Amino acid sequence: MTTIAFPTLISRPTSYTGLWSWIGTVDHKRIGTLYGITAFLYFLVGGIEALVIRAQLAQAESDLVSPEVFNQLFTMHGTTMVFLVVMPMSAAFFNWMVPLLIGARDVAFPRLNAFSYWTFLAGSIFLNLSFFLGGAPNAGWFGYANLTGSTYSPGDGVTFWALGLSILGVASLAASFNFVVTILNMRAPGMGLMKMPVFVWMALVTNILLALAMPVIAVALVQLSLDRVWDTNFFNPAAGGDPVLWQHLFWLFGHPEVYILILPAMGIVSEVLPVFSRKPLFGYPAVVFAGAVIGFMGWFVWSHHMFTVGLGPATNSAFAISTMLIAVPTGVKIFNWIGTTWGGKLNLNTSMLFSLGFIGMFIIGGLSGVSHASPPTDAQQQDTYYIVAHFHYVLFGGAILGLFSGGYYWWPKMTGKRLGEGLGKLHFWLMLIGFNLTFGPMHWLGLNGMPRRIATYADGLGWEMSNAIASAGALLLAISVLIFIINVIRTISSTQEAEDDPWDARTLEWSIPSPPPAYNFARIPQVKSLDDFWYTKHPELLHDEQGVDAEVHEPVEEDTHGGGSIHLPSMSYYPFVLSIGMVIAIAGFMQINVELPGTNIQFPWLSAIGIVIGMWGLMGWSMEPVTEEGGH
Amino acid sequence: MAQAAVVQDSHDEIADTNTGISNRKLLMWVFLASDCLFFGSFIATYLVYRNESVVGPYPNEVLDIPITSVSTFVLLMSSLAMVLALNYLQKDRLGLTRFWILAVAALGLVFLGFQVVEFMTFVSEGLTIHQNLFGTTFFILTGFHGLHVFVGVLWLLGMAFAHFKGSLTSRSSEDLEMAGLYWHFVDIVWIVIFTVIYLIGFSDGEGIETIEHAATIIGG
Repeated sequence: MTTIAFPTLISRPTSYTGLWSWIGTVDHKRIGTLYGITAFLYFLVGGIEALVIRAQLAQAESDLVSPEVFNQLFTMHGTTMVFLVVMPMSAAFFNWMVPLLIGARDVAFPRLNAFSYWTFLAGSIFLNLSFFLGGAPNAGWFGYANLTGSTYSPGDGVTFWALGLSILGVASLAASFNFVVTILNMRAPGMGLMKMPVFVWMALVTNILLALAMPVIAVALVQLSLDRVWDTNFFNPAAGGDPVLWQHLFWLFGHPEVYILILPAMGIVSEVLPVFSRKPLFGYPAVVFAGAVIGFMGWFVWSHHMFTVGLGPATNSAFAISTMLIAVPTGVKIFNWIGTTWGGKLNLNTSMLFSLGFIGMFIIGGLSGVSHASPPTDAQQQDTYYIVAHFHYVLFGGAILGLFSGGYYWWPKMTGKRLGEGLGKLHFWLMLIGFNLTFGPMHWLGLNGMPRRIATYADGLGWEMSNAIASAGALLLAISVLIFIINVIRTISSTQEAEDDPWDARTLEWSIPSPPPAYNFARIPQVKSLDDFWYTKHPELLHDEQGVDAEVHEPVEEDTHGGGSIHLPSMSYYPFVLSIGMVIAIAGFMQINVELPGTNIQFPWLSAIGIVIGMWGLMGWSMEPVTEEGGH
Repeated sequence: MAQAAVVQDSHDEIADTNTGISNRKLLMWVFLASDCLFFGSFIATYLVYRNESVVGPYPNEVLDIPITSVSTFVLLMSSLAMVLALNYLQKDRLGLTRFWILAVAALGLVFLGFQVVEFMTFVSEGLTIHQNLFGTTFFILTGFHGLHVFVGVLWLLGMAFAHFKGSLTSRSSEDLEMAGLYWHFVDIVWIVIFTVIYLIGFSDGEGIETIEHAATIIGG
């Protein structure tokens, strides 16, 4: 290997410890950890925003926060929980678990993976900087035009929102390309698509949805940003622009986004239930097929968010029918999960409890969802707390409980230690009770006419008791999260060591040490059936559970990388450099421009600096080899 | 093994993949699928706003079909040059490869030149991104397409640079194939844009519907 002629300026990181090793890491497990920690910190941020909202609404005619701050709080709470908590927490599980579950040593593009994380982190910080730079976005998490135009939203808040979400979109797109390729291309030999664990299937569907839905919101955000910064006319009614176009673009992204949020949790639950029921997943093909159908049909329901816009009876009817139909594959999954537990030897540990809680809460959220699939009913419920109750039952009761289930389930694999069961169960029960106290009363609050997004309400409307209960429940939720944090700290500081396979589980990640070595698999596994690891341990069950006869597992000698040495991709700083450059370039659109003398052109100097830094990162990235000669 | 200015990250050999398609080629296909939705959304926006401008200039006052037909022809020919470049690279005829890669980049630049002149002409005729919906949607859609062409030209120049250094040979023809996939895609997108904006909408003007619409908005 000759020296690279290109002046790379910075040498590759070599040490595997310390700050720089994290900035230069390309290891999917470390990147997964970074995603997880970041997402959890934002979970606390979004949670605190929610607590302030609940404190404000605990009693009538409260003036704890001003209406302006209240608007910022609910906007940032929604934006944070969707884009900075559930999506990156799912990405944390994709990063950690997809390569392990398919028997791979890393993702297809390790440096692109690092780029995704750093772009996500930079975008999230940029978005939250708005709190300190003139006020956070305040137009709601779906930012309806033309409220978001400069006329009605002066100041920089909404611009921060549009550009911040654009940056996060780039991160999501890069990650989605990576995972689609990883799952389609890098499965262990013998692992056909229908032998993949359900979590990997749901990761595949989710990432295809991301790859196709993100560009739509990107276009809408570009149009909004240009309207605000360059004074274009996309959503300007005075020039003939149509605010409803924003709603179409947003929800064409927004509804697939709902499944992007929930499918990873469904995948986790589909892994946890069989392990702790000691039974194979009931109807694996049906669960997989239902997930794929949800991913497909998710594109044909978006206008049910717009039933009250006045699109006409034909449009509303069509979307009402498609919305009712999409409940069918979801129901299929629920029956399969119940079927999995039916007659099983249930081990009701924390992870299993969270999965069972997921099923129960998701059914409630699903049923309230079907109730507003009908346009006349929806007209009563639109913009009331009934909607708030519904989507918290699917996103908190669904996605968050599912993600906690996965956290407790995979914690021993990720860290080599088990989370405490006593505190874990306390966490679960407090969270379940607190959750239902918070969001249950919102159903009748909504049906009693309480609109969402009001900073306060008059006394004597009959909403006081329900609001007080909801706020008390929110406090209970906060306590349950505190107990989780205590549990994590106690687990980390304990000296216990988890076994490689503490749950007697079914999938490949449990066949390797806990925590896994950097190369994951010393020998790439040969897969013969679904849940291959389980049937390697229990070959006598193969005939009964899968209907095929056990083959003698012959020891496989060959190593796909030959010679026994494993080449892992070397660390690199360039993804970090490219992320920083790109984010500066996009942030430069905030009109910090310099007038060029003699012309009427504004020079966006910050963007120019960002582009230079980004080009440097891109050049360095493409010039350095993936694996350094003599590397690790 | 300094390779061309392509973001290369795959660390597995082609034969190792489950699909038989190399990781980075599959990545390119997924990216192009994603980009379809990107352009699709902008084209949909253009179609939704067709005939919705309340003030001029209107398409029939500024669009110049003959000129744009020439630049469209140039872009189509660049795709032909791309095919030839890849063909000669796979046959290891490196001199011809070099010529055709540079030809693709040059034709791309000619197309961009036409676009710059077109934009400047329109601006001088009063059509800007602020002026009306037609200006907004036209400039942003064709502008993003031009940006894609520009990125493609940079990519191809990087290819040519790698070629001069001798690192682009038939063994690494997939490098050029990737650039080719991208280039052909951008070309196809232009065919759609040319059809939608120029061929279908060239006679759109201050029609009766438009006047009525303007009346409802301005006159109340």
